[in-house]
Amino acid sequence: MLRDITIGQYYPAPSVLHRLDPRTKLAGTMLYLLSLFMTDSVVGYAIATVFLVSSIKLSKVPFRFIVKGLKAIIILLVLSVSFNLFLTPGEPLFEFGFIRITIEGIKTAGFMAIRLIYLVIGSSLMTLTTTPNALTDGLEKSLGFMKRFGVPVHEIAMMMSIALRFIPILVEETDKIMKAQTARGADFESGGLVKKAKAMVPLLVPLFLSAFRRAADLAMAMEARCYHGGEGRTRMRPLRYGCLDKKAYIILIIYFTAMALTNLLPW
Amino acid sequence: MNIIEARQVLFEYEQRDENDNIEEVNVALSDMNVTIEKGSFVCILGHNGSGKSTFAKLLNALQLPKEGTILISGMDTRDEEKLLSIRKTCGMVFQNPDNQIISNVVEEDVAFGPENMGVEPDEIIRRVDDALSKVGMEAYRYKSPNMLSGGQKQRVAIAGVVAMKPECIVLDEPTAMLDPSGRRDVVRTIRELNKKDGITIVHITHYMEEAVDADRVIVMDSGKVVMDDTPRKIFSRVEELKKLALGVPQITELAYELRKDGLPLPLGILTREELMQYLVPLLRRYGKGAEREDA
Repeated sequence: MLRDITIGQYYPAPSVLHRLDPRTKLAGTMLYLLSLFMTDSVVGYAIATVFLVSSIKLSKVPFRFIVKGLKAIIILLVLSVSFNLFLTPGEPLFEFGFIRITIEGIKTAGFMAIRLIYLVIGSSLMTLTTTPNALTDGLEKSLGFMKRFGVPVHEIAMMMSIALRFIPILVEETDKIMKAQTARGADFESGGLVKKAKAMVPLLVPLFLSAFRRAADLAMAMEARCYHGGEGRTRMRPLRYGCLDKKAYIILIIYFTAMALTNLLPW
Repeated sequence: MNIIEARQVLFEYEQRDENDNIEEVNVALSDMNVTIEKGSFVCILGHNGSGKSTFAKLLNALQLPKEGTILISGMDTRDEEKLLSIRKTCGMVFQNPDNQIISNVVEEDVAFGPENMGVEPDEIIRRVDDALSKVGMEAYRYKSPNMLSGGQKQRVAIAGVVAMKPECIVLDEPTAMLDPSGRRDVVRTIRELNKKDGITIVHITHYMEEAVDADRVIVMDSGKVVMDDTPRKIFSRVEELKKLALGVPQITELAYELRKDGLPLPLGILTREELMQYLVPLLRRYGKGAEREDA
């Protein structure tokens, strides 16, 4: 049950998208998400579709991996589509008892669904082509300006990458504690949701205890290896924009302007 | 030349109650005097609570002595300005491999130390190459540490210290959580670092076997050095070691028991080969005698 959790699911492949600087991918995803909310026309969605499909093709990630991410939002998708479908006022197209579907309703529901699906596919494309470490590196570098306002950017990025490192370790530990408690008669399987949740409480105490112990150990090991914050720290592979990133930015700007212009179109 | 010099070191752990009053003082080290020569391979043995781990932390300035001084290559660990160069000179490997690996990728973890020291990127890559090949983990360069065995993780941790180019590495029970084959790999790696690269090794352990080919063995008990000699001389004192709740290597124990039963064996036999060397001629002689009796 616990092993199903995957965070930062990275799909290794030799693609152009994988080789892009994480900052470029972050900026690209941001612009793409923004553009989806900006446009409201068929042309806009057509452009977004072309952009998304060509990105997927470029990424060399199998389609089923990308669609997997959609499972998580199915309920949200169904809810928002049905709300839009049934509750939008306007020209009735179809009426049956209290159910009334309008042309406007179909239009907004359709756009809503496309928008949600594109949102999820776009952002999972980023996590599929970027390693968690590259992602935190990219975040640290691109949010570096916030240091001036007293935001501890380096520390936050370091915390994120350490958290990612320790997720599998703590999952394994939880498993171990669960087995140890099951061996002594604890029951994690039967009963309703509330009972199951209650059974989890005795798990938390040993888990927290060991997490704190690990944290203390890790802090000492980091200190022993000369860690003293972000100051004076160099990187083995510093992030550098390449020729590929320049091209990517140009494409992004063209795409974004095109999307912005679709709003000016009359239809 | 001495790389480590501890003079009259005293260290206590204070236990405080809720009002921050000292409830109890546990003396971890008292009047400890140790000097360790550059390039040597020293094993520190001791029972749980003998103060050996505390001593290791003092060497890396992770803890400071309450009294007395510790000099690492002539630098006082109390001198805050020297803190980073002390840690650069005297690296440290801890017991639990999971709790000292920082990154999700082996290569990045090895680079962590040099990155903190502000080494140039090209030089970091060279050092990482070098460190990984020294511990025999090049093939795992881009792997996640979560996929490695305990022994492999510990070798990555050692590579992380080697990449800092230390003169001395202190290993605090690096093999305690490993299986026998992982333990063997780690011990071999440490020995090679000492022989090939001349790195001073301070190996803290409670596996007697691992102390056999050290240059020197220091035995600690309740915060004091009680024995300090070559492994052969230390392991000749079987009864004394047993009183300290420590054993001797299995082969030494066997030889000791045989000697007690009257076989003419010397004290302090450390390896299987050595024991064979003494036993084979004996067996030949007695064996022939036995055959004649049968006839």
